[in-house]
Amino acid sequence: MMMQILNGFKNGISDARHNVEMTEQPNGNNYCEVKVEQLNFYYGSKQALFNVDIEVKEKGVAALIGPSGCGKSTFLRVLNRMNDLIPGTRLEGMVTVHGEDIYDSSMDVVELRKKVGMVFQQPNPFPKSIYDNVAYGPRIHGLKNKIMLNQIVEESLIGGALWDEVKDRLHEPALALSGGQQQRLCIARALAVQPRILLMDEPTSAIDPIATQRIEDLIRDLCKEYTIIIVTHNMQQAARISDFTGFFFQGEMIEWGKTAQIFTKPEDQRTEDYITGRFG
Amino acid sequence: MRSITEKIMRVIFWLSGIAIIVFLTGILFTLLSNSIPAFTEIGIKPFFIEGLWRPGAYGEPTYSINNFIVGTFMVTLGALAFAVPLGVAAAAYLSEIASPWERELFKPIVEVLAGIPSVVLGFIGLVVLAPLIAKLFGIPSGINALNGAILVGIMALPTIITLAEDAITAVPSDYRHASLALGGTRWQTIWKVTIPAAFSGITAATMLGMGRAIGETMTVLMVTGNMIARPSSFLDSVRTLSANIAIDIGDVVFGSIHFHALFVVGLVLFLITFIINLLADILIHRKPEVNK
Amino acid sequence: MKLNRRKNIIAEWRGSELIGYWLLRLSLLLVLIILGFIIFDIFSKGIGVINWEFITAAPRVGMTEGGIFPAIIGTFYVTIITVAFAVPLGVAAAIYLNEYAIQGTFTRLVRMSLRNLAGVPSIVFGLFGMAVFVKLFGFGPSLIAAGFTLGLLTLPVTVTAAEEALITVPRAYRAGSFALGATRWQVVRTVVLPRAIPGILTGTILGLARAAGETAPILATGAAFFLPYLPDSIKSQFMALPYHLFIMSTQHHALAIVRPIAYGTALVLVTLVCILNLAAVLLRKRYRDRVAKGL
Repeated sequence: MMMQILNGFKNGISDARHNVEMTEQPNGNNYCEVKVEQLNFYYGSKQALFNVDIEVKEKGVAALIGPSGCGKSTFLRVLNRMNDLIPGTRLEGMVTVHGEDIYDSSMDVVELRKKVGMVFQQPNPFPKSIYDNVAYGPRIHGLKNKIMLNQIVEESLIGGALWDEVKDRLHEPALALSGGQQQRLCIARALAVQPRILLMDEPTSAIDPIATQRIEDLIRDLCKEYTIIIVTHNMQQAARISDFTGFFFQGEMIEWGKTAQIFTKPEDQRTEDYITGRFG
Repeated sequence: MRSITEKIMRVIFWLSGIAIIVFLTGILFTLLSNSIPAFTEIGIKPFFIEGLWRPGAYGEPTYSINNFIVGTFMVTLGALAFAVPLGVAAAAYLSEIASPWERELFKPIVEVLAGIPSVVLGFIGLVVLAPLIAKLFGIPSGINALNGAILVGIMALPTIITLAEDAITAVPSDYRHASLALGGTRWQTIWKVTIPAAFSGITAATMLGMGRAIGETMTVLMVTGNMIARPSSFLDSVRTLSANIAIDIGDVVFGSIHFHALFVVGLVLFLITFIINLLADILIHRKPEVNK
Repeated sequence: MKLNRRKNIIAEWRGSELIGYWLLRLSLLLVLIILGFIIFDIFSKGIGVINWEFITAAPRVGMTEGGIFPAIIGTFYVTIITVAFAVPLGVAAAIYLNEYAIQGTFTRLVRMSLRNLAGVPSIVFGLFGMAVFVKLFGFGPSLIAAGFTLGLLTLPVTVTAAEEALITVPRAYRAGSFALGATRWQVVRTVVLPRAIPGILTGTILGLARAAGETAPILATGAAFFLPYLPDSIKSQFMALPYHLFIMSTQHHALAIVRPIAYGTALVLVTLVCILNLAAVLLRKRYRDRVAKGL
């Protein structure tokens, strides 16, 4: 059911996306959803990321861990070009999403951000109703049809595991929800524009443990359909929910591999020190 | 489609930003370009030498604004002489002593004072203050520089109070605590620590108050008598630069030398207030902005 | 509780220190007394002439009788034009400064120009309006020339208020909207502006109040001594409350006789301006409180 609607939505309003899908014939079977090569990133004269290489496969959860200020959030915002909004930032290297160079001059940032959704550290629903929050994305992308909007809102809220809690009060203010509910609403809001990839920047750091549990369950659910890249400073969380883990330290990607391997037998001494709690 | 809208909106907003600069420079340009015929016809010096403003005089019109500058500064300095101490003291009370509810109540009231139209203050000066001054000093009329100074001071008060209060409130409480912890009394702390620490802000407040006072038109027009002669005391009638424009603007012949001479007066007024405001601006924004 | 607190404050000020305390306290009190006196004087002497005819009739018998209706209407019209000019432009400039521009030398220059524009004497605006709107643009002395002149004068008020309102919109909303693929204008239109409306409204009201009370800029741009008819187009001259008060208190041939009318005009003007300012202050306090609560 959901996929039908998703497809309907795609075909109905997003021809551009359709074309993209036509053209992207994955090169062989080791196709990468996100591929970053020799990435250097600067805030003014201060370099924040050094020669980062990473390949994220389709579907599943990739976690980025590391001490605060290590560049993991900066890296995340490279992937949907949110860093463009900060004046004086500069980037070197190659970042491809779904086979496309996202820093190419022909890249439409709007299309990119439709494809790469983002959930923030602090839940940030707009000061609008629950319904309007979820419908926001489709609306700004030009969807006016009420019936389709209703369906997208419902499916997205189901996808965000919030539907049962809010279905009777869709038109109440989103800010009246609890912190955990607000964060799930933000996830639903991101789902409503039909992304392929979800970026999550410490999505549970501002909410309580029980709500965190629900969001972690949700992430495990969502990763069957979406590629999720999550930044977390909580190593247990990374171990619990991710398939792959990357360790960032002082702007460098120190180690990248299967989560089980990173947490049991890391190759780099610094990774081991961090994981065993010797610093951080 | 969407990117076209985006581009159009970007241009509209950019133009609106530019417009602000265009307006300010446009005012300066208008004043300058309309002054030039007067400068070429009369010269620059005759405006500033001792003499009288007699644009209508038969045969030999003169355009000296010398006395108006004197008048403007008499009214302005007289106004600041009482408005600055009073305003700073009131600001010190508001930020250092007043309880929260007093602040909540009094600050809007001060803003209301700022909102009283200058023509209303002029009216009060005319019907209330003038007879009072006449009686007090035993002179036939209270329409003089003193009256103007008092009213303009009242006009400048809200500016001074609001900005001085901001400056005093911005003093880090560490300073106060340090002083109090050393056994300083409240008065010593305010007088010796807080106010000196807020000095540049208070100076800026004074200067912006001064800018307002110099440019004030209707009040002085109504209560200072507007004589063109050189005043010798605060009990004399004076005419200010701004009042002079207001008096002549109504019936000046468009394009005449007199008309262009008025723009010279406007130019002088603009430059004086511009420099004062610029200095105040530099004072306020001197400290590097922490972040933005 | 409150009483105790007051006692404590005074207890902190012992002996000769009390002189200082009272000095500061009386300073504020004096300011309030001045304000109170002005309001009281105008109210007590003006209220007597206020009646239905005064508000709704035109001046009669050489302006010694009748009402001030044309002046009220004129002020209403001219402030509407002022706001129609200053608010869209002011909001757009604020959006440029706060949402679009990269903060740097140029925005500093714009902001500095804005602050200096705020300091330009009102009579200089009058000169500018006369030279540019009345003569150069050929509007003649009219509602539109005066409205534009007043619009320039109130522009700093509306830009500052709008910018303050934009700044209070949390950055997280913008980030959330951008991340969903909104363009900058969509972010501004759908997320930022709806939140900033109360602040923009405050600026509008402050601009209205400022424009309603100004006299000097309209002296030569359109205000008329007396008109037997109401303005019928934006090219018409008009009577205005502040200018009417100026005439009634200084220019009329029988000043003593029309004094009550002058007081009545002053009362109407002060009431109008005070209500507008008070509304703006209250509105601003409400949304500042809301922002402080993080809603």
